[in-house]
Amino acid sequence: MDRRDLDWYIDKAVQILVFVGGVSAILLIIGIFVFITKEGAGFLTTTFDAKEFFTSPRWRPTSEHNPTYGALALIVGTASITGLAILIAVPFSLGAAIYIGEFATGKTREILKVLVELLAAIPSVVWGFIGLSIMNSLIIKLFDVPVGLNVLNAGVILGLMAAPIMTTIAEDALKAVPDGYREAAEALGATRWQVIFKVVLPAAKNGLVAAVLLGVGRGFGETMAVLMASGHSINLPTSVFDSVRALTATIAAELGETAVGSDHYRALFTLGIFLFLITFLINLTADLVLRGIRKK
Amino acid sequence: MNRNWVLIVILALVACAPRSQEAGKRSRTLIQNKGSDTLVNVAQAWAERYKEVDPNVAVAVTGGGSGTGISAMINGTVDIANASRKMKDKEIELARSHGIDPVKWTVGYDALAVFVHPDNPVEGFALEQLAGIYGEGGEIDSWDQLGLEIPGCESREIVRVSRQNNSGTYVYFKETVLGKKQDYKLGSLDMHGSKDVVDLVQNTPCAIGYSSLAYATHEVKMPCIETAEDECITPSVQSAVDRSYPIARPLFMYTAGQPEGAIKTYLDWILSDEGQCIIQSKGYAPVLPVDCG
Repeated sequence: MDRRDLDWYIDKAVQILVFVGGVSAILLIIGIFVFITKEGAGFLTTTFDAKEFFTSPRWRPTSEHNPTYGALALIVGTASITGLAILIAVPFSLGAAIYIGEFATGKTREILKVLVELLAAIPSVVWGFIGLSIMNSLIIKLFDVPVGLNVLNAGVILGLMAAPIMTTIAEDALKAVPDGYREAAEALGATRWQVIFKVVLPAAKNGLVAAVLLGVGRGFGETMAVLMASGHSINLPTSVFDSVRALTATIAAELGETAVGSDHYRALFTLGIFLFLITFLINLTADLVLRGIRKK
Repeated sequence: MNRNWVLIVILALVACAPRSQEAGKRSRTLIQNKGSDTLVNVAQAWAERYKEVDPNVAVAVTGGGSGTGISAMINGTVDIANASRKMKDKEIELARSHGIDPVKWTVGYDALAVFVHPDNPVEGFALEQLAGIYGEGGEIDSWDQLGLEIPGCESREIVRVSRQNNSGTYVYFKETVLGKKQDYKLGSLDMHGSKDVVDLVQNTPCAIGYSSLAYATHEVKMPCIETAEDECITPSVQSAVDRSYPIARPLFMYTAGQPEGAIKTYLDWILSDEGQCIIQSKGYAPVLPVDCG
């Protein structure tokens, strides 16, 4: 039966390949975490002051006589931009997903799907450029504020970037709801809106939560567009018209020219560890939420 | 007899062909040149022209910032590092510990211009005013304090545009305008690149920014800077050459030890009239006044 012919070897080889593919993600993620922790460790154990890091907005790592490493302004900056982006992206992408998934038919649907996917393919530096050169003047003129590179600008840009991905995933989630549900509801005399709001949306809840959380992840991780559109200014924002600075943008802007092994370099890696932990927490919550819903 | 000759010729050709190719490769020297983004345009122009001066030498130019270039020179991956600031003591120590004695070449001067929106009526700034605007503890936050009214800037707030904190321009402006021990006021918009500074200022009526004169466009206004002698000097190649402009900085190239051969010839050419006219045509000042016709 178990003859070791060519097919057997091919079978074995593919098995190993698939196994390596499966565990490589785990190995890579552990490897990355070990690397950034190793680079940041020297700072964490010596200069790091947790109170300063989380409560002081003074990020001044290159000061010659008194360097300070307060990341509060950066954390608040990232949170405010992401928050606004999600507020903007969720209604748009949910609406788009419902229209594409439930109402549009034939050519309209196909064209819309392709266009949404095309929107997702625009490079982030192009979005950043739009923020820097078009949105800046627009915001100054519309709202009569001193500068247009602020939370509003970065939030809108990031919202537009996150929306296509959220739309695609949300639409997949709606499509995964069995047609039998819709037919049953219609048989009971429900209108189309009732079908969508009372049957399809609750049934697709898992996927919709996943879509929103993926958008949040995108917001936290996005760098280039945020760097260009947020103003990159160390500030605790009091309104959407204040310029802010994001964690990712700080690492991107400063890491390139810091001496390897210096306090500044290690402090940037500490920001990296912090970012890593946040995204890990977001994904973990997403997973737990989904499991909790599934149990019900 | 005849056939033998043909054979010998063919054999000789076959034997020679690869050797001559190798020789051709060997005689073409590659100089690696990396560093300051301020200098990158000029360095590229030099490399481009040098192809015609000596076709056997190729110069590969990359940017990345002064610090990047200097550390690459210390690590031995580039032959010449471009820098818009002097090497720090720490960097020199590090180089010495690698057995390298860096040699500094001043290749030109760069005027740091202060930019405002074209609608801004300001004529000039004193260095103390700039320090009051940009420096930690400085008390100038509003254009009203300078007695200026700018159309399109109702809030009167001064929007400070600066650079990211590891840029050579950021460091030089801090040391010259704010003083060595001073820091910038937090809350400035720290742009990633000189071009972004100019782009932002030309679209923002309330803004003030600074960068190399070479990045100036016609869409921004460049106020003059008051010197200690109460003269107000407009930034220009001319005022940088005659050193009358108060915030002009030298631009450097660093080599690992005294250069020899192709690298030495290249640096000599850069400092010749031809090389210096190229840097002047790019908006920077030559080391000594040159006549470029």
